Amino acid sequence: MSDESRLKVKLGLDVFKPLKEPHIKIRPGMEKDGRLRPALRICPAGLYTERSDGGISLSIDGCLECGTCRVGCGSDVLDWNYPDGDAGVQYRFG
Amino acid sequence: MSYTIHHFDLWGSNIMEKFEVIIAGAGLAGLAAAYTLASQGTEVLVLERGDYPGAKNVSGGRIYLNPIRGLFPGLFDEAPLERFIVHEGFSLLAKERTVTVSYSGDELREEPHQSFSILRSKFDRWFAGQAEGKGAILLSKVRVEGLVEEKGRVVGVIAGGDELRADVVVICDGVLSLLSEKAGLRTAPLPKNYAVGIKEVIKISKEVVDERFGLQGNEGAARLYVGEVTKGRFGGGFIYTNRDSVSLGVVIGIDALLKHEELDAPAAIDSFKERPEVSALIRGGETVEYSAHLIPEGGYDALGKLYGEGVLAAGDAAGFALNVGFTVRGMEYALASGYYAAKAILQAKEDGDFSSRRLSVYKNLLEDSFVLQDLKNFREAPRVIENPRFFGHYPEMIGSIMKDIYGVPEGPKERLYLTVKRRFSLKELWSIFMDLKGVMKI
Repeated sequence: MSDESRLKVKLGLDVFKPLKEPHIKIRPGMEKDGRLRPALRICPAGLYTERSDGGISLSIDGCLECGTCRVGCGSDVLDWNYPDGDAGVQYRFG
Repeated sequence: MSYTIHHFDLWGSNIMEKFEVIIAGAGLAGLAAAYTLASQGTEVLVLERGDYPGAKNVSGGRIYLNPIRGLFPGLFDEAPLERFIVHEGFSLLAKERTVTVSYSGDELREEPHQSFSILRSKFDRWFAGQAEGKGAILLSKVRVEGLVEEKGRVVGVIAGGDELRADVVVICDGVLSLLSEKAGLRTAPLPKNYAVGIKEVIKISKEVVDERFGLQGNEGAARLYVGEVTKGRFGGGFIYTNRDSVSLGVVIGIDALLKHEELDAPAAIDSFKERPEVSALIRGGETVEYSAHLIPEGGYDALGKLYGEGVLAAGDAAGFALNVGFTVRGMEYALASGYYAAKAILQAKEDGDFSSRRLSVYKNLLEDSFVLQDLKNFREAPRVIENPRFFGHYPEMIGSIMKDIYGVPEGPKERLYLTVKRRFSLKELWSIFMDLKGVMKI
């Protein structure tokens, strides 16, 4: 199994409530900023991917709300918040 | 957000526009503060963004109860803890071999037991029930979005679009503490002060856990691993036995992750699971949850301001955690800091003065307790244990020495002294001396 599909299976085990809107956004124009590049490796849920034009995009579904990208990439490139209540990951074990 | 409004309407007009205390976050710090305040008849509202307390929390996890039993007499006797830890294992993982030190002792079997494995979703829900039993009001599914400030002091919170006022606000929103930043108690987080923990809970029957880890009854085991888990960089792996599962994970410093392109967070836990000595322990187990959470690693020097005008911070939000390599602690600091935040508020309440000057008693209480004394005593620990030689060089070197000592060649075997001595050039001895000098600071 590829790393990517293995990760999908793992995220499939978690309970997620739908997000009304993405709580983390790449700031406009920062998609190709160097500070965002580590997000490809450091997100435990692998939510950051590289587009064909070299920019990075974020798909928020499966976000574990850990904050690694916020600390690693910084608030200049990411508009970072927690989701509202009644949304996002709900750990059953923790 | 209609949900919140609906909730508040349940109490009709007497849901107080103003509370004595509002606590942001129903983790261990927030619940400890709520429990302590409510026990003294203080009116306290706890706001939690998860569906239930513990829904957004992750720990390795093991909790050390000795330092906090006295703060909550009898409370944890009935707590839903997993197993008491009687076996400690510490392994150096080299690329091709492993050296493990294992420790057990009668003292670890004696009651009261010093540490327990724990699953936070279960524990926090139980603890919240205890706080509610004392009269605390808990609202889940409500995120605190911001603080209400007037004339330079915090006078309430904004939650679900509503403004809720209080004499004092306790910030317990966890390691990232967006609220502490908003209150001006912390600045933007530095990568060197944080690590990410990535974990799986793996179901394995109690009998199999007992057998594989050499346990009986409710005994538990804790194993820490350093070295190849993080490709020789700051961090490590862990396994804690629960009743009928194990918590397995890796911890990697954010700084290390950023600097070393060969590190990949999600792949690290898979390679750890594939190590033969690890895979044998979890064979046949079924992963039931995958989680990730940040961990404060900066120690004393990375603490934020602990209080301000009308506001206090406790737990991970304040940065209370301590990694000394062999023991990795945070939860008891959260519980104790929540308790002392409550004590400080109770004192401030006597004269109705919630100014920063009056609330500074919180820091005094922490200084007189194990919380700040531990953090000060181990102030140098973050700088000492970030030494990359501990994660790369020593696991490989000690592994190689073991290989030489235990190996039996086809022909004659060289004297052990000569075999080992070859590993220790003058330069190596000097480096070891310097590393030991560092370790002496812990």
